[in-house]
Amino acid sequence: MSAKNAAPVKYADAPVNKALSPEQKIKLYRDMCRIRRFELVALKHYNSGKMGGFLHLYNGQESVAVGCVSLMGENDHIITAYRDHGHALAVGMGMNECMAELFGKKTGCSKGKGGSMHFFAPDKNYWGGHGIVAGQTPLGAGLAFGVKYKGLKGCSLCFLGDGAVNQGAFHESLNLAALFDLPVVYIIENNGYSMGTSQKRSSAYPGCLAERAEGYGMKWELLNGEDIYEVRARVNEAMVRAREESKPMLLEVLTYRYYGHSVADAMHKKYRTKEEIEKREREHDPVIIFRNHLINEKVLTEKEATEIDQAASKEAEDSGEFAEQSPLPDPSEIFDDIYWEVDNGTEAGQTGRHFFND
Amino acid sequence: MRKLSYRHALREAFDEELARDPMVVLMGEEVAQYNGAYKVTEGLWKKWGDKRVIDTPISEAGFIGMGVGASMLGVRPVMELMFWSFYTVAWDQIINNAGMVRYMSGGQINCPIVVRGPANGGTNVGATHSHTPENIMAQFPGMKCVCPSNAYDAKGLMKAAIRDNDPVMFMESTKLYGEEWEVPENSELPEGELFIPLGVADVKREGTDVSLIAHGRAVLTCLKAAKILEEEHGISAEVVDLRTIRPLDEDTIFESVRKTHRAVCVDENKPFCAVSSQIAASIGLHCFDDLDAPVQRVSSLDAPAFYSPKLEELQLPYPDVIVAKVLGIC
Ligand SMILES: Cc1ncc(C[n+]2csc(CCOP(=O)(O)OP(=O)(O)O)c2C)c(N)n1
Repeated sequence: MSAKNAAPVKYADAPVNKALSPEQKIKLYRDMCRIRRFELVALKHYNSGKMGGFLHLYNGQESVAVGCVSLMGENDHIITAYRDHGHALAVGMGMNECMAELFGKKTGCSKGKGGSMHFFAPDKNYWGGHGIVAGQTPLGAGLAFGVKYKGLKGCSLCFLGDGAVNQGAFHESLNLAALFDLPVVYIIENNGYSMGTSQKRSSAYPGCLAERAEGYGMKWELLNGEDIYEVRARVNEAMVRAREESKPMLLEVLTYRYYGHSVADAMHKKYRTKEEIEKREREHDPVIIFRNHLINEKVLTEKEATEIDQAASKEAEDSGEFAEQSPLPDPSEIFDDIYWEVDNGTEAGQTGRHFFND
Repeated sequence: MRKLSYRHALREAFDEELARDPMVVLMGEEVAQYNGAYKVTEGLWKKWGDKRVIDTPISEAGFIGMGVGASMLGVRPVMELMFWSFYTVAWDQIINNAGMVRYMSGGQINCPIVVRGPANGGTNVGATHSHTPENIMAQFPGMKCVCPSNAYDAKGLMKAAIRDNDPVMFMESTKLYGEEWEVPENSELPEGELFIPLGVADVKREGTDVSLIAHGRAVLTCLKAAKILEEEHGISAEVVDLRTIRPLDEDTIFESVRKTHRAVCVDENKPFCAVSSQIAASIGLHCFDDLDAPVQRVSSLDAPAFYSPKLEELQLPYPDVIVAKVLGIC
């Protein structure tokens, strides 16, 4: 079961990748470029003081969100932590609504009420964007419960960081998922650090993080996230198993974030070296690796690949302008979206006082 | 009319809602095969089976969060906390997830979950097991909070809670489970079922001299105090049962105070930032000109719950302290 025992596989030839049409491959590449470019434009605007709060960038991890989301069918659901822009764009959320949310504008995906950490698109089976480390992990089990309860053949993908594995809620979730045979695939995006703390300094268990699944009688896998073909091939197995057998699984994807924990993380060049970051960017960048795949496979020329990236860049810049020009929410909206009852003006919503702003 | 215990009334509500809506599930520690730690769910597993009535491990954060996730997909989970005191372990899932996801998603996500179980002290189980957290839950906009004082209300309010599209925190009173009240058969009711909308208070006893405003078991304490006031002091006390803390039926409270001109707000919370603080402040703001005396409050004493039964009794509001407060203003 562990990665070290697995026979080397040429992941490009895995059936799930073989089945991709050139257009579908180009879409994967475009989606990765869109995330990369979106984050860079967000960073620029954050640095010029146009946003509040935190900005946790996803650069370096694009293959994970895009690879996983590309495997989702109509009954599959996805939920993640606060580093959520990548997953959001991968499920097809618009750059405009996402950027506007960062700016706290009315046109944002959560009408300016969520911010960077709280993107949601339930119409795309995307259940957010959660700010409390590991707080989303029981929800991931719950989504799987919902799918199973309704008798649908689907699964839920629940993402978390390597820092989340030490939270009780995560362990409770694994136990429940295994106990109730829930079709949930937990995906630890292990980018090496939880804020400034490495795995060595936070995890007593010396094995890999996914191995903790053993304690719950759950299957697990360790995979390298730099190649989207590998992500797709191996995550697909877990998803098929979840859907077919209604069994959970824990995957740990080794990946890397180029920027600090958040943009405010001034320490990030102290707990890891400049050389380490540069080496990752040079040799393990998931966007470049996939770009090279596609050029070798003659799916794209250099020129076409660059054009796709430039178009993504332009789209991101435009979303910045859209966000900037969008109106702020109206103060009257402060009391919207708190109670379904109140928003829907039902009879019951007229009884009693919901709010106490005396 | 028949006599029905508080626990049995709740069980009827579950049974009827399980029958009415296939999306309703009951979950919690020991709710299924063991028939419920307090026997509230007795017989339901046998009748409805593993799919609808589900035992969970002792894992409050995990299973409440799982219920929240399932509710986002349209399942309507009714989750039992073996004691409401254990909200502390599931706090993040209740408040941050169930209570806030609707707002943070700009209204895109609903969580029609009910979190329920026994609350209130008075059962000599020590401080960790005697929380009365309705003031804490009601503090968070996004959640509703229900505290029935008798079997009739418990049944009607539970049915409303289960059908509600917002997360509802439903606090039962451990000490009331075995007590019985008159509850009609559904066939005796005009709509064919007992259903009490959230946000409607109820005047449990009419009076003219002072309003006693309470919820949950404290309502019964007020009724006892009212009896003493009438019999021994010739004072006519009106007892207003809030039934739900959020939404709060302020109209009924104000109407009562405008009639009696005096108010004592009673709850079993700790006194600092209690439900009674909120009610007293509201009355002060809205009924100032109608008051003939300062609004009074009676809560638990400001200490963790005593184990020693005699002393715990003294910590909770009891009829004599309410009587004394009333005599001070009448
Ligand atoms: C319960 C909780 N504790 C602490 C934090 C503050 N915090 C936010 S992210 C983070 C680090 C988590 O790292 P990891 O899970 O590895 O995710 P990554 O940032 O690498 O994606 C911390 C300490 C929080 N949001 N929630």
